[in-house]
Amino acid sequence: MLTLTIHSVGPGVTVQDLGRPGWTARGLSQGGAADRFAVLEAATLLATDNQNAVLEMMGMGGVFSVSADTRIALTGAEMQASIDGTPVQHNTTQLLRAGQRLTIGGVRKGVYGYLAFAGGITTDPVMDSRATHLTAGIGHRLEIGETLQLGRDTDPLAGPMLLPQSDRLNGGTVRVMPGPQTDYFTADTLQSFAETTFQRSPRGNRQGIRLDHAGTGFATSGQLNILSDLIVPGDIQMTGEGVPYILLAECQTIGGYPRIGTVVPGDLPRVAQAMPGAALRFQFLTLAEADATAQSDQTVRRALRQLCQPRVRDPRDIADLLGYQLISGVTPGDDLERPRYDPQS
Amino acid sequence: MIQLPPPEFRPLGVDGILVRFARELSEQANQRALAFRNQVDAMALPGVTEVASSLTSVRVAFDRELTDRAAVTRALQIACGKLDSADGSPKRLWQIPVAFGPDYAPQLAEAAALAGYTPEQAIAEIEAQTLRVIAIGFAPGQPYLGMLPPAWDIPRQTSLTEKMPNGALVAAVRQLIIFAADAPTGWRHIGQTAFAVYRPDAPEPFALAPGDAVTFRQISDSEFATLHQNTDTNGGATCKVLS
Repeated sequence: MLTLTIHSVGPGVTVQDLGRPGWTARGLSQGGAADRFAVLEAATLLATDNQNAVLEMMGMGGVFSVSADTRIALTGAEMQASIDGTPVQHNTTQLLRAGQRLTIGGVRKGVYGYLAFAGGITTDPVMDSRATHLTAGIGHRLEIGETLQLGRDTDPLAGPMLLPQSDRLNGGTVRVMPGPQTDYFTADTLQSFAETTFQRSPRGNRQGIRLDHAGTGFATSGQLNILSDLIVPGDIQMTGEGVPYILLAECQTIGGYPRIGTVVPGDLPRVAQAMPGAALRFQFLTLAEADATAQSDQTVRRALRQLCQPRVRDPRDIADLLGYQLISGVTPGDDLERPRYDPQS
Repeated sequence: MIQLPPPEFRPLGVDGILVRFARELSEQANQRALAFRNQVDAMALPGVTEVASSLTSVRVAFDRELTDRAAVTRALQIACGKLDSADGSPKRLWQIPVAFGPDYAPQLAEAAALAGYTPEQAIAEIEAQTLRVIAIGFAPGQPYLGMLPPAWDIPRQTSLTEKMPNGALVAAVRQLIIFAADAPTGWRHIGQTAFAVYRPDAPEPFALAPGDAVTFRQISDSEFATLHQNTDTNGGATCKVLS
């Protein structure tokens, strides 16, 4: 039996997976990781099932140890991390030995960091998923002193793997598709929305994030009389003052505010990972263009597998460099072209 | 009966189509939405993964690996054409006990007065209604029940009640809700049930389904206290499957 012990933990650390689809008709949104792409990255690095549960860490990690050797991977937001004082690279697999301390600090870039284990977290599923859904009362924020069961790592000495860093942690332009209420807004409002640069507000959580901008709001006529209707993650809804909120994984299933459009799923991780103050802009797609962006988890996994490669250690990360026999070493010859990890950048 | 315009087909996500029967709530539009949801569910279309209804619309989700928007849209348009004969009658009838004593119904008198009734008249009218689950949402399993007679078209209060107990019966705009959200609300607290609409650890976590018929039966405060302590009966509610 493999146990994860939580020695200290930030305020927003939960168990997540890809969520529980199929309950919208009963008022329960799918939930799951705020950045699904990071879960697929971790599954690719560790060559595990997409459904393996992981720890999602909002802004701050914690101090963790395991009772038996297991490989881990850190994906999503870049967070300061070390094992017994030795820095841990992001987007790589690492061996965490029994009793070693894995310390994950604050985010350097992004919002939601993920800690995945080769055998997954094996807490009891609720409705076929281990995803914590705080607003639905499923699961809870992890606390100091808690332990969680993990699946065993069947190949702890497998060679370390690396995925390239993604550019989704800095805000940027996200693509929006038309929704059922897009035509409730005038052409002028839609155009002005597409020409505005927004900042991610500090106000936000797994349900959604608020956007700030200079200038007037983006209201519809008859704003307050619109009938409540079904919503999906990615919907951009306008409050009474015309302030946009983008809904995320743990949104409600029905809402009464009008929605100007829906961020396509491929760009939703970029929204979730935008740090407070990061700039976000919107590009409207036609329906056909939006549909063409859709990719199944399997397709994303195939693409990630193409990018996943064995990790060659950077000499700067080797603490006892002088203890190594360097002269007779063989390298692939392309070390200088490979992407490097610089903890200061 | 008012003739509804043809339903609107709109995208809702790259894997979903929203079929909207009306932009304003009416019993007729709600019944069409519920009947359409049942019909599409029963058709078991290839690649369709979920069929969810709201007050006047239905979202059909599909797996893009198995089908596409055009094929699902065509199938839904055919289903809409057959809808006139669709059976919208309820499949189940619930009876749910409610306490209306002052401790359990702090805003009953206020809500009754807005509707032009004494509290006793209000209770009698609620007991006489067979309501329908017109939508489920906002919180997991939380039902919107309608429609009450026109006198009950009372607005939400402008101030918010910060904390509504689980199982509270609340009223506004010709509807009742059995409250299940941990959220402030503008709806008025007119009764208390011991009924849990959502139990995540139960084998069947959600009690009610859209389209279910619901009646309420008045019980005394002491009966409520007994039901509240006994967690086996789900608030003393009964459910009859209708043929």
